[in-house]
Amino acid sequence: MNPVNYLYLAALLFTIGATGVLIRRNAIVVFMCIELMLNACNLAFVTFSRMHGNLDGQVIAFFTMVVAAAEVVVGLAIIVSLFRSRHSASVDDASLMKL
Amino acid sequence: MENLIALLVAAPLLGAAVLLCGGRRLDAVGHWIGTVLAFVSFAFGVILFADLLGKDAEHRTLMQHLFSWVPVQGFQADVTFRLDQLSMTFVLLITGVGSLIHLYSVGYMEHDERRRRFFGYLNLFLAAMLLLVIADNYLLLYVGWEGVGLASYLLIGFWQHKPSAATAAKKAFLVNRVGDMGLSIAIMLMFATFGTFAFGPVFGHVGDTSEGKLTAIALMLLLAACGKSAQVPLQSWLGDAMEGPTPVSALIHAATMVTAGVYLIVRSGAIFNAAPNAQLVVTVVGAVTLLFGAIVGCAKDDIKKALAGSTMSQIGYMVLAAGLGPIGYVFAIMHLVTHGFFKAGLFLGAGSVMHGMNDEVDMRKYGGLRKYMPVTFITFGLGYLAIIGFPGLSGFFSKDKIIEAAFAKGGTEGWILGACALLGAAITAFYMTRVMLMTFFGEERWKNQPTRSPQSPSAEPAAEHHGEHAEPHPHESPKVMTIPMIVLAVGSVFGGAFFSIGDRFLHWLEPVTGHSEGDSPVSAATVTGATMVCLIIGVGIAYAMYGRRTVPSVAPRGSLLTRAARRDLLQDDFNHVVLVRGGEHLTRSLVYVDHTLVDGVVNGTAASVGGLSGRMRRLQNGFARSYAVSMFGGAAVLVAATLLMRAV
Amino acid sequence: MSFPLLTATAVLPAIGAIATAAVPAARRTAAKWLALLVSLATLALAITILVRFDPDGSRYQLTESHSWIAYFGVRYELGVDGIAVALIALTALLMPFIILAGWHDADPLETGSRRWRPTQGFFALILAVEAMVIISFEATDVFLFYIFFEAMLIPMYFLIGGFGDRAHEHGEEAASTQRSYAAVKFLLYNLIGGLIMLAAVIGLYVVAGNFSLQEIAQARANGSLHMATSTERWLFLGFFFAFAVKAPLWPLHTWLPNAMQESTAPVAVLITAVVDKVGTFAMLRFCLQLFPEASKWATPVILVLALISIVYGALLAVGQRDIKRLVAYASISHFGFIILGIFAMTSQGQSGATLYMVNHGISTAALMLVAGFLISRRGSRLIGDYGGVQKVAPVLAGTFLIGGLATLSLPGLAPFVSEFLVLVGTFTRYPAVGIIATFGIVLAALYTLVLYQRTMTGPVKKEVSAMPDLRVRELVVVAPLIVLLVFLGVYPKPVTDIVNPAVKSTLSDVHKKDPKPPVEAAK
Repeated sequence: MNPVNYLYLAALLFTIGATGVLIRRNAIVVFMCIELMLNACNLAFVTFSRMHGNLDGQVIAFFTMVVAAAEVVVGLAIIVSLFRSRHSASVDDASLMKL
Repeated sequence: MENLIALLVAAPLLGAAVLLCGGRRLDAVGHWIGTVLAFVSFAFGVILFADLLGKDAEHRTLMQHLFSWVPVQGFQADVTFRLDQLSMTFVLLITGVGSLIHLYSVGYMEHDERRRRFFGYLNLFLAAMLLLVIADNYLLLYVGWEGVGLASYLLIGFWQHKPSAATAAKKAFLVNRVGDMGLSIAIMLMFATFGTFAFGPVFGHVGDTSEGKLTAIALMLLLAACGKSAQVPLQSWLGDAMEGPTPVSALIHAATMVTAGVYLIVRSGAIFNAAPNAQLVVTVVGAVTLLFGAIVGCAKDDIKKALAGSTMSQIGYMVLAAGLGPIGYVFAIMHLVTHGFFKAGLFLGAGSVMHGMNDEVDMRKYGGLRKYMPVTFITFGLGYLAIIGFPGLSGFFSKDKIIEAAFAKGGTEGWILGACALLGAAITAFYMTRVMLMTFFGEERWKNQPTRSPQSPSAEPAAEHHGEHAEPHPHESPKVMTIPMIVLAVGSVFGGAFFSIGDRFLHWLEPVTGHSEGDSPVSAATVTGATMVCLIIGVGIAYAMYGRRTVPSVAPRGSLLTRAARRDLLQDDFNHVVLVRGGEHLTRSLVYVDHTLVDGVVNGTAASVGGLSGRMRRLQNGFARSYAVSMFGGAAVLVAATLLMRAV
Repeated sequence: MSFPLLTATAVLPAIGAIATAAVPAARRTAAKWLALLVSLATLALAITILVRFDPDGSRYQLTESHSWIAYFGVRYELGVDGIAVALIALTALLMPFIILAGWHDADPLETGSRRWRPTQGFFALILAVEAMVIISFEATDVFLFYIFFEAMLIPMYFLIGGFGDRAHEHGEEAASTQRSYAAVKFLLYNLIGGLIMLAAVIGLYVVAGNFSLQEIAQARANGSLHMATSTERWLFLGFFFAFAVKAPLWPLHTWLPNAMQESTAPVAVLITAVVDKVGTFAMLRFCLQLFPEASKWATPVILVLALISIVYGALLAVGQRDIKRLVAYASISHFGFIILGIFAMTSQGQSGATLYMVNHGISTAALMLVAGFLISRRGSRLIGDYGGVQKVAPVLAGTFLIGGLATLSLPGLAPFVSEFLVLVGTFTRYPAVGIIATFGIVLAALYTLVLYQRTMTGPVKKEVSAMPDLRVRELVVVAPLIVLLVFLGVYPKPVTDIVNPAVKSTLSDVHKKDPKPPVEAAK
């Protein structure tokens, strides 16, 4: 099978994730979309690794997974505490980060 | 012997330093330190004079080089002193009259708590004035020139807590600074033309340059002289300078400092001789001032201001004479010396009168004082006779010579100048007789009416004795004050005769200033006769107005001219409207411009940068998703750019 | 290798600054004494430089040269000529007086005030400024100079913004706002100037390939380094702009009145007597030597700006109601004279300008420090709040008058010599300019005497009636300055002897000769 198809899939997944991040308000959904984007990247990495016969891409994919796991931990903790203090998981409610 | 020259200056300078830095410890003896050092300087002067007399006329110049002052490439200013006949004359006048006035001040300032400082300033004045006359180059002369200006500033404003005194002091300094500007431009011109400003080289090379440059230098020197010697148009400060203690008026504003301008012109004779146009201007300034001062002197009721007007007028005579060139130089200096005697004497007399009259200065509140102050009356009277030119007394000889010289100038100018001088003589006789009559004769107008409370400080002598608003008790002044007056009176009686008989003064000064007899269209006897007639007319009118009639103790409204003359012929009003008001408007608008325009541009730039960033700030709306949009957008642009670059 | 005297003179105050800052908070007085001692030791080193310097020797002496950033050709190069020696001596001389005068300026405020005043910081910052100023005078590497020229801004910013006068007519809050406005203004003006200079410095490197002043000047002189006319002009303008801001020259002057008004008197002296001198010094050293042709090209415009500064500064000084602002505008007028002297391109003008820098430093210090003592007594800077002070505090009034007389260049005091030299030097080449500048001396008399009259004379105002006279510490500050003013006025030869040869070589750099008088009367 042509490996380029995997790249198309990765691009599709990334676009879905990015759109989700931009248009959804729920923090959890935004979060999941970010995970989707990360995984799209991983897919691309692995595909490239396969295409070029080079292990570097696979190594980086592992890195990305570790970082993503760490991010999940921190991100979920933030979302939970945000929900606790505001009783809402909407990202637009937390708009204090302005000058 | 040359080494003594520096000591002339050093003695009073030491006095000034000791007295001004010494602090309160010296309060008890300070005045004597000052007086003794003044006399020491006089003694050095006499020794040097004896030395000069011992040489032949051509070699009577002592030079002393102290050190190189400002050496910069071609610009060499040295501290070098020159003592020739001209300087010597001044040295003797300054230290002689100066010492007497120091002595007088011991009595006059007896009750002033700041007497020590007063003597410090007086000594400072002596040092600066001596430096002025013994300097061998113009830059050093400039130091003395401004030094006397400083001393004059300090002494006019000696009673600083009186706002009028402080203002007068400031005015004197400022007007003098305008003159100083002339002197500094003259020095710059000299340096640019000759590469030096030492007397010898400049005078020696006058012939090598154009008349235009010399005229410019001469006119700038004249500007300087006008400032220092209170000549029109820079005369306005002298009347106000009478705010200072009377000994100061006598020493600085009558006998010595104000004559520095005449010294400058005579000293620079070589330059003026080669610039006839400038000389003409000098004579015009002299003639105008001698009439101006005389007219102002006629209208003043304040005894010191009347005398100040007279000083202005007499210096006008000297400047006129100096402007005549070699015909007049010697007589300018001779009149300067005799004037030094009698005008100092008159001022000291006026001070003595004020001393006995609770510091009243209004002559309309005097009258009949001759009985109460015999010594003052006699010495003042002799000074009076000398100044109006009573035959045989000092003024007669010196003034007469100047009038003769004016006629000898020749041509229409000679006639006009001579006529002005004669008219001046008549007016002089008038106003001095007026002063004399109002003060010492007539009814005693000070009786039964308290004098106005003196503005002068509580430390002023009389006020302490009698308290304010008390009727004055005129009394003769103590010996320490009368002795100097007597000495000066002797000088004013015999000085002129001594100088003139056998042309002693002429022979003494001639090697320095040069001398030529003009060819006069009128004989000397005619001039003397005309002067006598003027004198009699002046005295006669004054007697008719102030001797026969009673003098009202409140000034009548007077004619238009009188009222204008009381206000110094409106010169002050002109200054006020044009210079003071104009200056205030200018500075105020400049402050506004600086704040709104110059600073405004800067602050405006800052504000617009601030505004721009304020607008940029709106982009930071706090919504995480809009940040994400810009991030994706940015990434997309970057990717697109990269692709485009590759495609190209 | 000989002892690196120049480095030591700059490093000593720098170490002193760190040490002073490190003194524990409780030992406030110890910090002050330490700072004073360091400044005195620096003065001793500066005097050593003065003694070791041979006016007739080579142009740059006591040189040190080490490779620093070899890749860019930046070297650590120090060396002094007569002009630099005079200014280093001035800087080192003024510092002890500044420190002594500011002895109590950084003491903690009375209880109840919310402001915190780190005493150690104040003195450490002053020493830091001293170190940077001295090294700027010494640096003969353009890049090295630039670094310290700019770095100086940091301690100055904190000195202006952090330590103001104790009392203020509009309360503490307003004072603090105005102070930070002044400090930011100072910083921005000088930063922008510095930024433009940085561009020019880089440009110079591109053209010349290194930063060494001596090498570039030499290469320019013997023709091996050619610069296109327009390049030279642009580079000149870049340098000159920075120096004109620092000096300050009209119309770039408006930061100075604010900065001087808001800072304490010793800091104001530091600004105008010391830091600003780096600007005028750098014009002499860098603008003229590196860009002789462009300097001549720009001369007419610069002379006009200097003339405007002289007259405009003096007129504005007349119109001020605030004592410190008045002194600031007077300084602007004086800087006009200095720049006039530099660009008149005559030996009298430039020697006069250098002398003027020294004398102006001393005279402004005398006037401003006494003004500071006066202000600290009454707690107001407004001229109208005073009156009759001479009656209650005669010594204070007397010293104030002498400071004022020095400011108006009274003959016999030091500034007269320099002002006259500048005027004469300008006059011989540009008579009209010289005459207009002479009006400055009348205006100087006006603002000084008006200031003296309004504050010191007249009836004693109630608020000043209990004013104490100068204390011993204050006398110790003022008396030596006055002695110096008199001494240098009567006998300026020691300074002119040092300065003259340096001026001569600067003039030969720009290929200018003094105009010859048409009549050779001097032997």
